[in-house]
Amino acid sequence: MIEVTAVEPVRAHRRLDSVTGFLHASRLNVIAVIIVGLVVAVAIFGTFVAPYPPNHIDLLQRLRPPSVHHLFGTDDYGRDLFSRVLAGAWISLYVATVILLTSVAIGTILGIVSGLVGGLTDEIIMRATDLFLAFPALILAAAIAATLGPSLTHTMLALSTVFWPWYARLVRGQVLTLREREFILAARVAGASTGRIVFKHLLRNVFPLVIVQASLDVGYAILFTSSLSFLGLGAQPPTPEWGAMMTDARSFLEDFWWYPTFPGLALAVTVVGFNLLGDGLRDWLDPRLRGSLRAGRW
Amino acid sequence: MGRLIARRLVFMVFVLWGVTLITFFLSRVAPGDPARLIAGPRANAAALEHIRQIYGLDQPLVQQYITYMSDLLHGDLGTSFVTRQPVRSDLATFFPATVELALFAMLIGSTVGVLFGVVAALHRGAPGDVGVRFVAIAGLSLPAFWLAMLFQLTFYSRLAWLPFGGRLATGVPAPPAVTGLYTVDSLLAGQWHTFADAVTHLVLPVAVLALAEVGLMARMVRTSMLEVLGEDYIRTAQAKGLSRRRVLMRHTLRNALLPAVTILGLEFGLLAGGVFLVETIFAWPGVGRYAYDAIRASDYNATMGVTLVIALVYVLVNLVVDVVYLFLDPRIRYT
Repeated sequence: MIEVTAVEPVRAHRRLDSVTGFLHASRLNVIAVIIVGLVVAVAIFGTFVAPYPPNHIDLLQRLRPPSVHHLFGTDDYGRDLFSRVLAGAWISLYVATVILLTSVAIGTILGIVSGLVGGLTDEIIMRATDLFLAFPALILAAAIAATLGPSLTHTMLALSTVFWPWYARLVRGQVLTLREREFILAARVAGASTGRIVFKHLLRNVFPLVIVQASLDVGYAILFTSSLSFLGLGAQPPTPEWGAMMTDARSFLEDFWWYPTFPGLALAVTVVGFNLLGDGLRDWLDPRLRGSLRAGRW
Repeated sequence: MGRLIARRLVFMVFVLWGVTLITFFLSRVAPGDPARLIAGPRANAAALEHIRQIYGLDQPLVQQYITYMSDLLHGDLGTSFVTRQPVRSDLATFFPATVELALFAMLIGSTVGVLFGVVAALHRGAPGDVGVRFVAIAGLSLPAFWLAMLFQLTFYSRLAWLPFGGRLATGVPAPPAVTGLYTVDSLLAGQWHTFADAVTHLVLPVAVLALAEVGLMARMVRTSMLEVLGEDYIRTAQAKGLSRRRVLMRHTLRNALLPAVTILGLEFGLLAGGVFLVETIFAWPGVGRYAYDAIRASDYNATMGVTLVIALVYVLVNLVVDVVYLFLDPRIRYT
């Protein structure tokens, strides 16, 4: 439904360099950078500052409320929720990175092939993307994850299946615009091979847009992973994944408020942070990019 | 116009056929054994074989698919292995509950979203605008299942203001079925007590679902309002000396809300995902919960039936949205 518009990729690329400009554009951008920075730091260094191993069971300390010893309280196995929430940050970022790298790789390759080759190949690839986009994303991902069997790896595979068509379309749209531009024609006239044109010219110009799109998708990738884990289709116990932790917490909702609250809060703050960042980047880069990037489609 | 609809209908058939292909072959490679599911854990090998014969599970995959498609073309979605009822009648039972939930969520979410979007655009850059942008992103970012649990914790466990889940309290009989929507049916039957009970059961799930809708709509309306406010005809209207109110209502809003129609399709997609999670948590007897149970129990026919129906509604909603938009804005011509 959304038409991809022409952009000035070179200009967009240059602008990406100016980080301060981005921070000055909106106060929300500053908040976004702080949150994302914090989440990344927690993901990397969390295990070093965690007071307990995430799966350390202590049945004498079951369901204790937050205290000096257990900042976020403990769960029904007496595991320290603070340590588990910290460990969850790494899992979420890792999973989101794998999903997006896979989707971007598949989407970019198919998008370039589709845009460059055209004809029947283009038609087949585009109809395939139509097919995948005809499902509401979460339901398709849930169906695939359920089919493959519940595990975090299968969740990553299922979500990659949901995300790649958007990249394929985005890249194809860009390739269609770029291949008519003078510098590509000039390269062709100068005798550059297709491979050289793809790697030297197309990829370089398509990538800034793909990166912004990926930044818009990180939050959703994390949210979807947790949603699937919450439904029992993703991470399995005792993995300290935020969604899976909330499934465990459901039975203890009424009397032990801290149990579902802290993993959920960590997830909420992380997703809000990444979405603010993606949204800010999109708005700041170029108003004309807005037509080709989408947000909140889920 | 006719050509557009015809083309889209052909595309729709293609998509739905693709959906059957994907769901069929995916569900057949799933690790669960439906024969075991139907026969129960204590069934012996002979019983399992018998079940496989009855349900055609012993046939080659392609044969099973041909049988499935031929049944499907006759309106038969197969029998659910879990409820032992035809999937079609199961869906008919669960569908109204989901429609009721989705309608209220869409209505409330869109109204509040439009209001937020307009306010943000009129006060661009002011704290109100930043606030709306934040609420919009938060609405789209907050995990629905977490919000649902927090709402249950607050409004049921702590404050005891609202029920935990379900469509009606135990002991309250369902109103005579006309539309299947309890709020409407209870009003039609003049059952005020049932109506009030149905509304209190709707509040929490609708609030969770509506929040995401608010986010989506507010963002769209804000962008669209800002574009319209920069148009020449708005300046002309202001130069003519029209009141601020008249310029806003007659000139700005009328044009700015047009593009909002296009995201109704997106909203539906968002709702479908949300309903899946929210119905599960609030024990809401709708299609989302049915799908969840079906997926978890490897109930092939039910899973495929639900997916197909959701895809059908999704494609139809998008078709209707495009056609409505064409009517509303004569400048647009789809090619």
